[in-house]
Amino acid sequence: MQWMVWTLPTAIFFSTIASILAGMTVWQLISPTVERKGFLPIATTRGDRLFIGLLTSAYIHLAIVGFTDISLWFALGISILWMVILMRWG
Amino acid sequence: MNKVENNKAWFLVLPMLVLVAFSAIIPLMTVVNYSVQDILGRSAFFVGSEWFVQTLNDSRLQSALMRQFAFSFTILAIQVPLGIAIALLMPKKGWQASAVLILITLPLLVPWNVVGSMWQIFTRGDIGLMGYGIRQLGYPYNITRNATDAWVTIIIMDVWHWTPLIALLCYSGLRAIPEAYYQAARIDRASKWAVFRYIQLPKLTNVLVIGVLLRFMHSFMIYAEPFVLTGGGPGSSTTFLSQTLATMAIGQQDLGPSAAFSIIYFLIILAVSYVFYVTIMNMQKDKAENNAGGA
Repeated sequence: MQWMVWTLPTAIFFSTIASILAGMTVWQLISPTVERKGFLPIATTRGDRLFIGLLTSAYIHLAIVGFTDISLWFALGISILWMVILMRWG
Repeated sequence: MNKVENNKAWFLVLPMLVLVAFSAIIPLMTVVNYSVQDILGRSAFFVGSEWFVQTLNDSRLQSALMRQFAFSFTILAIQVPLGIAIALLMPKKGWQASAVLILITLPLLVPWNVVGSMWQIFTRGDIGLMGYGIRQLGYPYNITRNATDAWVTIIIMDVWHWTPLIALLCYSGLRAIPEAYYQAARIDRASKWAVFRYIQLPKLTNVLVIGVLLRFMHSFMIYAEPFVLTGGGPGSSTTFLSQTLATMAIGQQDLGPSAAFSIIYFLIILAVSYVFYVTIMNMQKDKAENNAGGA
């Protein structure tokens, strides 16, 4: 694994993503998702909202890290809040 | 009726998943690991978000990104209308149809770097047909000195290379329109424009979305043609994103910054592709609902 030059933060990042995916799979098996229309312009399933949330979170992080001096933890906080809003009402 | 859900078929995609893991997921994870470290030979130092800050504020990369968008939108604005026009003019059946199809498809079969070399010779001022011809008309055409000349040439080259794709997609879309629509239009004495606007164009929407998506992604990743034709010059006027990235990663061995740059590049393509994907899927869904409602 040396060639992949793992670091602790990236390892935590990818394990979080992997556990979210695993969790979503289990959730899907227990209660299958129903496509619905929230505040997003399209009807989405749970997985769609997760994907949109992760992608927009990436952009939130890039915008904050690139163009402001605000701490990255703040970006993480906003992203988590955004994810919750998106998953619940999106 | 009780429907039994059987998910065992998922195991059949397992080999593919392993393949994708090795060809895409693991390399992508490695790139993410690279992007947060300063790698010098065998030693690596964790630098956090430094490369991202640097990349996002690098004026060279910002201008390459702007050039890239300008290029992609310009070629789309030319290729889509031109492709539709060619498809409308193409013969509908008989040997003429086959002959035109083959002629139209030829540019698509030429490999990228060969296209670059062909146009490099074609546009030379001393021996190239186009370069020499334009100079004889009195314009001092020179793609290695004049940025406008280089830009226009690259756009013409891409239009020559890829408009056939749009034309072919539209041609197949046009052939799929049932004759009854045209008969109805004739009964209503619809003008040619009305037939195009209310029958042909709506029926072409699906193929056009696919065509635009393909062309956008393709042109957004363009590398070999401008690299061979102009080498990114004059100056950096035709250096697009992938070439900037290649210079950083291979030329300067700046693995960290180029990894950060790759991730940003990837996120842009991912976002655009997802928007297109959703648009296509929604259109098909609308169509299915309309069909169900009409039946």
